[in-house]
Amino acid sequence: MTPEDLPLPAADPDAVAAATARFVASAAADVDVAYDVFETPVGELVAAMTPSGLVRVAYSDWNGGPDAVVEDLARRLSPRVLAAPARLDPLRRELEEYFDGHRTAFAVPLDWTLVVAFGRRVLRATAAIPFGQTSTYGRVAAAAGNPKAARATGNALGQNPIPIVVPCHRVLAAGGLGGYTGGTERKELLLGVEGALPPRLPG
Amino acid sequence: MSLPPFQRFLDAQAADVHRFLVAAVGAVDADDCFQETFVSALRAYPRLREDSDLRAWVLTIAHRKALDHHRARARRAIPASDRMPEPVAPAQPSALDRDRGLWARVHELPRKQRAAVLLRFAGDLSHREVAQALGCSEEAARRSAHEGLKKLREELSA
Repeated sequence: MTPEDLPLPAADPDAVAAATARFVASAAADVDVAYDVFETPVGELVAAMTPSGLVRVAYSDWNGGPDAVVEDLARRLSPRVLAAPARLDPLRRELEEYFDGHRTAFAVPLDWTLVVAFGRRVLRATAAIPFGQTSTYGRVAAAAGNPKAARATGNALGQNPIPIVVPCHRVLAAGGLGGYTGGTERKELLLGVEGALPPRLPG
Repeated sequence: MSLPPFQRFLDAQAADVHRFLVAAVGAVDADDCFQETFVSALRAYPRLREDSDLRAWVLTIAHRKALDHHRARARRAIPASDRMPEPVAPAQPSALDRDRGLWARVHELPRKQRAAVLLRFAGDLSHREVAQALGCSEEAARRSAHEGLKKLREELSA
């Protein structure tokens, strides 16, 4: 008998898929980061939960695609990252209700691990802006405890790791819409859902 | 350079691990061993060195789970007289059945030979990687695989 007579057992893709699904179902509760990729009215999102709560929402096209987002999470949080859509069910449901106009506040718990120091104060202040209302960089800076830090506030909002749910789209520039992580079209769309779109300024 | 997300590791290794386990313990028990392999891998994953050979690492874990399985089965073994009759084999065994039969014979090899043959030919690891998995010298791994093949050849021609 030569090694050639001992052929590799035939691979069975269905059996592999079934065994993998069973493993994921049993392990989903133990992973450090569970994620899912799904479509919404504002495009494809990657969302990730830790045992503490929602840690990341990313626009796929704005963040280099799902793989890049997931790799970034593995680097910054833990390599124990698994696609576990069931863990994201509550968020997906709330987002559906939000886009259908039936939800004005999100109830999923938040994990703030990815933001520290002043940035976290900015985003907490942002999270307190009610549905249907808007604020400005200056007012959010003041609410975060430093009225003069408008630029740092803008940076913190631009790096919001949990957009939509932490509604940085409700923060406008003094003279107009201002920027948005995900593009200003999305900012307008979200404000439209909330009936809070400011009148278009000329020029 | 950092460890890939576990999901990517799982996607990359699932097919090879499953195939190795089907050869090592049979299709019925492969699923349980597969589950145990990746649960152990998930637990240990963050402590892994970033430059580790992930394939050799996870096949080593799978090998240990297969070993546990063989030990448990040996403990459960029932006297031959109590065994149920073997199911009747199909008249025309397919190529797949023949391969399965061959791998079933591998299960009957002495422990070291079985491990070396499985890791080398079902896991497709190099002799050096087999040696690392078994904690022996490369020469000993090579010899065990060789002796295992020789024994299979003798049995088949008998």
